[in-house]
Order: sequence, then C-alpha cells, then structure tokens
Amino acid sequence: MVRKVKADPKGVLEGPHFMDGDHALAEGALAAGCRFFAGYPITPSTETAERFAERCPEVGGLFIQMEDEIASVTALIGGAWGGQKVMTVTSGPGMSLMLENIGLACMTETPMVIANVQRGGPSTGLPTLTAQQDMMQARWGSHGDYRVIALAPDSPQECFDLAIEAFNLAETYRVPVLIMTDETVGHMHEKVVIPPASEIEVVERNWYTGPKDQYKPFKFGAENYMPGPMVKIGDGYRFHITGLVHDERGYPQASVEAGKINITHLIEKIDSNRDKIVRFEADQLDGAEVVVVSYGITSRIAIKAVMDARKEGIKTGNFRMITCWPFPEKQIREIASKVKAIVVPEINYGQMVLEVERMAAGKCKVISVNSTGGAVHDPNEILAAIKEGRS
Amino acid sequence: MMEVRFSGFGGQGIVRCALITGKAISLYDDKYATMTQSFGPEARGGACSSQLVVSENRVLYPYVTVPGVLVALSQEAYNKYEPELGNGGILIVEQDLVKQKPDTGRVQIFPIPATRIAEELGNRLFANLVVIGFFAAVTKCVTPDAVKKALPELVPGRFLKANMQAFDKGYAYGNDLMATKAGADKMAEVCEAVE
Repeated sequence: MVRKVKADPKGVLEGPHFMDGDHALAEGALAAGCRFFAGYPITPSTETAERFAERCPEVGGLFIQMEDEIASVTALIGGAWGGQKVMTVTSGPGMSLMLENIGLACMTETPMVIANVQRGGPSTGLPTLTAQQDMMQARWGSHGDYRVIALAPDSPQECFDLAIEAFNLAETYRVPVLIMTDETVGHMHEKVVIPPASEIEVVERNWYTGPKDQYKPFKFGAENYMPGPMVKIGDGYRFHITGLVHDERGYPQASVEAGKINITHLIEKIDSNRDKIVRFEADQLDGAEVVVVSYGITSRIAIKAVMDARKEGIKTGNFRMITCWPFPEKQIREIASKVKAIVVPEINYGQMVLEVERMAAGKCKVISVNSTGGAVHDPNEILAAIKEGRS
Repeated sequence: MMEVRFSGFGGQGIVRCALITGKAISLYDDKYATMTQSFGPEARGGACSSQLVVSENRVLYPYVTVPGVLVALSQEAYNKYEPELGNGGILIVEQDLVKQKPDTGRVQIFPIPATRIAEELGNRLFANLVVIGFFAAVTKCVTPDAVKKALPELVPGRFLKANMQAFDKGYAYGNDLMATKAGADKMAEVCEAVE
C-alpha cells in the first residue's frame, strides 16, 4: 500500500537557491523526510554530509560520522528499522566497502538511499575528477541475485528532485535506491528551486497496524510482488530479519524451495514494476536515423552534439535515462528496431552500452563513445560518432 | 552565451566572486548561470580560479572553453590564463598586482586598483566586491540590483554594508572608465575624420 502525504515543512528550505548538486542532494533528502544520515566523508561527496549535518539541529535529524562505509550502511539498516528514512553518500572506494551491506539491505528489504558522487577509479583513482565508472557496480556489485533501483541526475535541480523520488521509490519497493551522480554535477552550482512543502509529495512508510502477535516482516507473492508493511524496533513487535534465505516470518530456511520464493520476490518486485519505475526523457525519436542514449552529466553534453548534428541535417534523436536500473529495456529495444545506430557516450570505458547492445541484439549499430574518466566529453566526439552511425 | 573566468590566488575571494555573480544572474537577472571552480590540490595557495557560463538558455556544457571575460587578480593567474582568453575578449586586471605584457590590441584591457580601493574602505578583503562592481559596469553581464539581492547569504552580516559599498565603488570606477574610454574613442574617430 503506497500512501502519499505532503512533505513536512520543517525539512523544506523553500525558495530559489544557487546551490551545488551535493548540497541539493541533502536538501532533497530532508524534504523527503530523511532524518538519519550515517556516513564517512570522501571526495567529492563530502559536501552532502556536511550540509546534512549542518541542517540536522534545525530539522531535528541525526547525523553520525561512522568509522567507515561498511558501518555506514549497517547503521542505515538499523536506522530504517528504527523507524527513520535514512541516507548515506559516498564515492568509488566507499561504494566498494558499502556493497556487502547493500546486499544485506536488499535481503532484509530495508528502504534506504545511497548517493554515489562518482569519481575516477579504480581504487583511489582520480579523487577530484568526474566519472561514470560505477554504473555496473551499482547493479552487480554485491554478491548473489538481487535488484536495486538507480537514478542519474543531470543537474543540481535534479539532485534535489531525484533525492525525493529516490526516497519515494525506496519506501514503495522496500529496496536500496542509488543516486548515481558524479563530481561535475556534485560540484557545479546552478539555480535550484525548492517548492513549498505543500507541493512535495512523499511516500510514507507502509506501517503495519494489525495485531502484535501476527506481524510478519516479509510478504512474498503479493500482486506485482509488492512488499509488506514494516514496524519499528521498540514498539513491542517480535520479529526477525536475516541475511539468510528466509520465510515471511524472517526465519532462516535453508531450502531450495524457500530460496526460490525469497529470491524471486526480490527480483520480481522490481522487474514486474519496471514500467512504473523507469523514467526517461525522449526527444525527436520519430524518424531519427541515429539516437544518442546517455545519462547524468553526459546527457547535457549529448544534447549539444545532437543539436549540432541536426544543424547538419542528420535526423538525430535524444534519449536520456533518468532511471538507469532497472534498465529501460522496452524503450531501447523499440529505438533499436527503428534506427541505423545508437550512440552511447559515457565517462567510462563502456558500461551501460553493454545493456544497449543487449537490447539492440544486432538490429542496429551500437557505438560506444567511451573515455578513461576525469573529464566530460568534447561534444565533437559525440558528433563524430553520430556521423559514423549514419553512414 | 558568455564564458567568464575569475582568477587570482587563494584568499582573494575568487570562488566567492563567481558564487555571488552566478547567484545574482540566475536568481535575479532571469538568465541561466552555471558555476564551476578549480577543485583539487592546485587550488590551495597557488593560482585559484572559478568559472561561470552565462546564457539566455539552459547551459548544456558546464565548463569554460574559450572565455570571453577573464578577471585576473594575481600575476600567476594572469600568466596562466591570459593566453586562453578569446580574441577581442575582456581582460580585467588588478593593476597593482599584475605586470602586463605590452598591449597588442588582441584583447580589451580594463585595469583597476581593486585592492587599493578596498583598503581605502577599510579592508582589503572587500577587493573581490570592488571587482564584481567593476565587472558589472564593464561587461553588463549582471545588474547591480541583482548583485545586491544576492549578497546577504554570501557575505557575513556584519560586513554586508561594507561589501555593498565596495561593490558601488567598483561599479562607479568602471562606469567612469567606460565613459572616459568612450570619450577617447569618439575623439579618435573625430581625429581620424579630420585627417
């Protein structure tokens, strides 16, 4: 049951601001009702933590600087089951540490929001420079079969907007939601308009209200695999959650059959709701010879290239993924069946392009405009690929 | 579209220059502005720079490629960034701190003793506001009203008035210089016609 309410005005810093993406993430989280943040500072994401910490006394939130990123996500699991909307923020190396407990959060169906302000990797890589190199890690990084949701904002305004969206998705599907932004968006300042609380819709936690002795922390096999309600630790409910395969009561069940029910649920609650989750922006796809598919900061550079291509008479469409995971499979498949080529620029050596290739399945050319990270593309590189795709 | 680079050394309020100007433009002048800054170990102590891309439409590419305006408040910044300023671009220099190359006419040079003016107002820390005032008068990129609306959250409250004054001084200095320049240009035209 998804219940939407108006945002608590206490967390909403209404008005126009000139703000960077990192700060906008924190403001979006506060507007969404997040009141618990546990994290460990890392460039280029630290400003989000600083902002959240600074605003905590005003809104009545709690900020904890943890000993590391492993503990940060553990604290989020506790915070969420303690009744709060919870968030952390990190970058590459910290993300690697968080993965173990992101798996635990998926298994225990604990709602949380994790922002990854991407920088160049691998390892400590390029701490101060931009990248989109963790896109596959976001999807596959923790072990086992599971699903998460990942969003990619292209501006400080969208950092604010998508932070709210991320919390709403996390509560609706009881799943970790990743905001895959990057150093460029994180550190650029632009106008951010924060609407009044009365115009912000937030999804309330689905609280259990039945008899205390009948609560089950999990619900498998509901319509569209929607997850069941939660309770708050300390409210007198006896329940158990675990990383082991479990039944609806949360008790470990080491059997093939239990695994089938449990894991199917984790996957299908996202996959069977894909159409409701996936968000994108499409422009002039009809009749396009070439379509550029991109996300995050790269999508802004891509628009420039697309405009240049159109000036040269090439019918070029533009498709911006706002949701990267679950992947917009249906949309890309449809594009691939109609165009000569899809061009995929990303600030990595070719990651989401693999998904595009999977959907295109040989129906059109797929051209990767990749990079080793550290800088946004030169629009001319993308333009050259558009021309190559048309020929 | 206009690309602007503010540069100097750490401590001169270079980042603040772009923050104040960017906020003024995007919140109160009804245009789009995207601000980025040098971010890395090189920003500490040495040459420091902040960038603004200003446009009537949404800014797509967020970084400065060929600046049309360069503000250089230190020798190192001038040496580093002057060569990338576009032909015919506007160069604003702190004349007491920057020893310039001979003027070849490649760019339009607007000198100002910003630090000295700020010191006359009581504190050299106001130099960046003097520069923003001068910048506003010379480039017309931002209106004085917008800057004054943008200031309150970006400078400490107790220095708000002094910063406003610094802005006014720089703006007046810029207007005077523009008037003199216009007069000189007109005179040159007249002389040419007579010849």
